[in-house]
Formats: sequence, structure tokens, C-alpha cells
Amino acid sequence: MLASLGLILLCQLIGEAVVRGLGLPLPGPVLGLLLLLVLLLARDRFAMLAYGPLRNDGVETASKGLLAHLSLLFVPAAVGVVQKLDLLASHGIAIVLVLALSVVVTLLATVLTFRLVSRLLKQQDAR
Amino acid sequence: MNDNPFSLWVYLSQSPLLWLTVTLLVYAATDAVSLATRRHPLANPVLHAMWIIGAFLLATGTSYTSYFAGAQFVHFLLGPATVALAVPLYENRRRVVSSIVPMLVALLAGSVTAVVSVVLLAELAGLPRDVVLSLAPKSVTAGVAMGIAESLHADPSLAAVAVILTGIMGAIIVTPLMNRTGITDYRARGFAAGLAAHGIGTARAFQVDEIAGVFSGIAMSFNALVTSFLVPLAVTLLVR
Repeated sequence: MLASLGLILLCQLIGEAVVRGLGLPLPGPVLGLLLLLVLLLARDRFAMLAYGPLRNDGVETASKGLLAHLSLLFVPAAVGVVQKLDLLASHGIAIVLVLALSVVVTLLATVLTFRLVSRLLKQQDAR
Repeated sequence: MNDNPFSLWVYLSQSPLLWLTVTLLVYAATDAVSLATRRHPLANPVLHAMWIIGAFLLATGTSYTSYFAGAQFVHFLLGPATVALAVPLYENRRRVVSSIVPMLVALLAGSVTAVVSVVLLAELAGLPRDVVLSLAPKSVTAGVAMGIAESLHADPSLAAVAVILTGIMGAIIVTPLMNRTGITDYRARGFAAGLAAHGIGTARAFQVDEIAGVFSGIAMSFNALVTSFLVPLAVTLLVR
């Protein structure tokens, strides 16, 4: 468990270091995600990597534990909104309406594009 | 008995223990309600924990800085949790690889819609220029959005507020909206949730379906990258 958490933190650390060092427009943890994914895939190919947290579902169990309460992790940042109510005071209602409309439009555009392309590909395969 | 009845409060308000405990207990309660209502969209645990803790802070006159001194231990785990998304992604890799083309096209369409729609709507609503700029990156995670806002000389804290509000509204709207469209493909539904409502949308997607969560995490990760390039471009083209 400790080694698995250590591996997750190490992936994040390397991700942050690379992102900062090269000035990439990407969150460090996202690069860490890709790194851990590559490690898991490499382990399936090279038996010598199946060691410590990469063995017996070690890092898998630790990751699922972290993800089980993903919502909790957003609470501290969300509470920041309540303390910044003065920011919303002058244009609050307009801002909330604009954001709500935009999120609906974005959800629809994304889901419909995904379905459309996926259906077109299926038709092509069938032919 | 202590001489000074306030000394306990003074101790508690200066140690991270109190606000860490409050964060965990309030979340445990709101999550239990969410479970009891079978994950009803309006019982979103982030939304309710937000206003309950916010009310606590206002009632006790506690600053966000002192609250965050305790809550930062929870906040810190966002980074490792993002890395941990590699595991469900790895376990569902075959479905992910076979959906790569629809994902890429939906990523582009969704990112462009997210930025263009918010900029146009904000201009239409007559919001001032610096507010429009701060709202533009609202569909990506707070850290990235604040960086984008800073590079545009906009207000990073307003950008963070816009990100949280977008995430919570997206997480509430996504299920009823998708049910109305009749789309049952959880790859597509999850992808839309992560793209429009970043991590809070992803947390919601995992509540509904694991495949939805996986695709949501992918959309969230790559939207951060695309939006970083898109916002400066859209702002040059669209903002007067």
C-alpha cells in the first residue's frame, strides 16, 4: 500500500518536474497519469517490471481507493467560491446564466459529435 | 475548567485539525444523502458540502485561508487522484483504443464549443471585457484555467470561481440532459461530462458508470491541453 502510494506520487512528481522544466501547457498530474499508464502497459510486456507495487494489483488497489471519493477532493476548492461571493455580486446572475447555457451547449455538442462519428465508423465497417 | 473560555477556540481555529475534520464529516453526510437518494443529480455532494462549510465559515468569521490550512490535506490528493485515473484507463484500454477517432473529433468539437459559446454568450450578456476573459477557460481544471486567465491579464480568482460553478452545474445537468437525448452510450456521455465539467463532471461520471468515468477522465485530461491553445486564439478573434 505504501509503496503503491509512493509510486503514484513519484509519477506525479516526475510529471510536475517535466511540465515545469519544459514549460508544457498541461497539468503535471496528467503527465503523471500517462507515465503510470505506460508503466502498467510495460509491465504486461516485460515480466521483470512486475515488482513491488506493480505486482498483485498493488497500485491498482491504491488507485481505486483514491478514486472512490473523488468528489470529496473538490470540496476545499469549491468552498473558495463561497468566500468570493463579492466577486459575483456585480454580475452574478449573468455569469451563472452564461455558464449554465454554455455547459449545456458544450455537453450536447460533445456527446452528439461522439455518437455521430462513432455511427459513421460503424457504417463504414459494415460495408 | 479553563480560565479563558475562548482558549479552546483559539487553539482549534489555528490548527488544521478542526477544518480537516469539518470537511470530512460534512462530506460524509452529504455523500450519505447522495447515496440514500440513489445518486440523484441534485443531491450532488460537492454542491451541498460547499454551501454547508461556507455557511460555517461565514458564521464563525473564519477566513478561507485558515479553512484551507486544514482542508489543504484533502485538496492535495487531487494530484495523486488524477494520476490514479491511469488504472481504470488501463483496465478498459481496449474500449478506449477502439474509440479513439470519435474521441478526437468530439474533443475538438467540444473544446471549441466550450470556449466559443461562453465568450459569445458573455459578450451578448454585456459583461465587461475582463470578466469575459476570466470566464473563457471555465471548462478545464482550476489550476490550468487560472494559468490561462493570468496569461490573458484577466482575474485568476474569478476564473477559479467560474470553473467550480461550471463543474457543479455540469455535474447536476449531465444525467437528466443525456437521458432526455436518449443516448445510452456511456462512452459518449462520460466523455461529454469530463469535457464540459472537468474533474467534478468526472466524479459524477464515476458515480453513474465506470466506463463513463474512464472516458470522462480522458476528456478532462486532453481538454486541458487543447483549451490552453484555444483560449488565446478565440479571445483574439472574438473579443472586441
